[in-house]
Amino acid sequence: MSERRPSVFIVDDHGLFRSGVRSELGDQVEVVGEADDVQPAITGIARCEPEVVLLDVHLPGGGGHDVVSAITKSHPRVRFLALSASDAPEDVIAVIRSGARGYVTKTISGAELVDAIRRVAAGDAVFSPRLAGFVLDAYASAQPDQRVQPAFDPELDQLTPRERDVLRLIARGYTYKEIARELFISAKTVESHVSSVLRKLQLSTRHQLTRWAAERRLN
Amino acid sequence: MDDRPDLAESSQQSSQQSSQQSSPQPRRAGLWPRDGGPLRRQREGRLAGGVAAGLSVRTGMGVSAIRAAFVITSLISGFGAAVYVLAWLFLPAEGESSTIASRAQGDKRGIGLAAAAASLLALVLLIGALLHIGWIGSLSWPPVVAAAGLVLVWRNASPDEQAVLRRLSEPLLGDTAAGQPPRRGLRITVAAMLLVAGLVILLYQHLNRLDLWPITGVALMLAAIVVLLGPWWLRIARDLMAERQARVRAEERAEMASRVHDSVLQTLALIQRRADDPQQVISLARASERELRSWLFDGRAPGSLDGLATTLSGGVRLIQQEVEAQHGIVVEAISVGDCDLDPDLSALLAAAREATVNAAKWSGASSVALFAEVEPDAVSVFVRDRGRGFDPDAVPQDRKGLAESVHARMARRGGSATVRSTPGQGTEVALTMPRTAGQREPSTAP
Repeated sequence: MSERRPSVFIVDDHGLFRSGVRSELGDQVEVVGEADDVQPAITGIARCEPEVVLLDVHLPGGGGHDVVSAITKSHPRVRFLALSASDAPEDVIAVIRSGARGYVTKTISGAELVDAIRRVAAGDAVFSPRLAGFVLDAYASAQPDQRVQPAFDPELDQLTPRERDVLRLIARGYTYKEIARELFISAKTVESHVSSVLRKLQLSTRHQLTRWAAERRLN
Repeated sequence: MDDRPDLAESSQQSSQQSSQQSSPQPRRAGLWPRDGGPLRRQREGRLAGGVAAGLSVRTGMGVSAIRAAFVITSLISGFGAAVYVLAWLFLPAEGESSTIASRAQGDKRGIGLAAAAASLLALVLLIGALLHIGWIGSLSWPPVVAAAGLVLVWRNASPDEQAVLRRLSEPLLGDTAAGQPPRRGLRITVAAMLLVAGLVILLYQHLNRLDLWPITGVALMLAAIVVLLGPWWLRIARDLMAERQARVRAEERAEMASRVHDSVLQTLALIQRRADDPQQVISLARASERELRSWLFDGRAPGSLDGLATTLSGGVRLIQQEVEAQHGIVVEAISVGDCDLDPDLSALLAAAREATVNAAKWSGASSVALFAEVEPDAVSVFVRDRGRGFDPDAVPQDRKGLAESVHARMARRGGSATVRSTPGQGTEVALTMPRTAGQREPSTAP
């Protein structure tokens, strides 16, 4: 792949995990800084202006989405990749909706993480199986309800069947290349479907997504 | 018997003509060409007794032409049927040394039954002739011969021919051994046709004669049928019942075997693998004991998630925890949508659990993806690993895990299982269970 090493900033409240990720990434990326909480992260990222921020979904001083919304206002070119062990779906969706370009779990291998960072740096979306599952679930269980949602935008509030197929295959553990082969489309098209899902997630003012999150919190 | 040469002669003549056109064949030993060996009833490609197929092999004529000849001569006078049944009786089947007729000699009851059937049919025909019901008259002996012969064939055929006979008579006898719905349509059609024919005869031909003959005749025929076939019907019903019970027992055994495989055998395998860790062994043994007890005394099947989980996503989480704990592999469990568990979905989860355990044990991969999706009319589960994979065709039939626990378990409940695997690239097991009408309501949180 490209020889250029993307610059990365790591935000996680566990020092052990930060150093673990650092050593796993090795010299494949350039780690320009790290932080362990919301405030230090915001100032640190503003100073370093990294290409990609690896962001823990949960931080002691708030959620990862606070960092994302604060930074995207001032530094729109910084991209976020959410990373966590195991989180409630609503927190993950919240981080994505605030502007992160993807979500991977901490069980990801070093090589896969480097690949994900490169893709985010290139402006692509990175969906882990879990995120794909969360999104499918959010759209499936929150059926459009026109009564509650006067500004219903069908384009943004629904996934196309093709997008759903792609998400399903991601959730089943397929790589983009395998999905392309399975659906007889190009890897580029898979990529654009995923980006479109991400855009819908972030732009939809869909009341149902919020209600879905609230319902999940009750369980 | 003495009619057979006629038929054979004509068929042989036509075959002779065709072969003369292509290449003159001087070799003609005796009456028939001997190319096909002695005349035998064929097993391959037979519809009933294999007589037509045997003749075809013997004479080189098309089997369809011979069959058509039999059918046409049967329809005209019953002659073909009689010849066919006689051939069935007196020709040995391919690979058998004795004919059915030779075996039937010892069957006293069969001969009696055949005689009864023949005389009864003759009586019916006689009554018909008395009533001037046209087409059965002096030419009516072939059906009588055919009926009597068929009784003997039925009673004395070899087991595999019995099976063929059963298959042939299935639509008429109603019940089928394979558990598919009986072909009611055909039976009702036949009954309706008989009824209409009877009514036509009664109402039109004898309307102006006010004698009681027709009614008496019909009553006699009905009585005859009941008397002749009643005990036979009873016996068939008894046989079917016994067969059904045997099948249920076999199914229960299969279910039990797959349960034991999932619980006890799995645990024993795990214990062997972790023999150096007494703590683990003890906890495994305890868990297995608990499972067995609750199966034997509370009726809760091991490997099933009854009582432990009430929803599909709960069951998926349970599989994840269990397999991660027992096999030290990461299970990426994702479920989309949710619904309450019913027996079908419990079976689906049990199969999914088995597929996950299989992946954990054999794939060599460090993680397994377990994806469950609830849709309005079906629930699907996919178990995917990126391990060593295998060639699905090369797996021996007796490999319990996949064959019994996954495939059979799904099939018993009306679901389906497909396995895709490529050596070196991993395996994906796809399980789908249709949802029953009562389960359609999604169980959403309040």
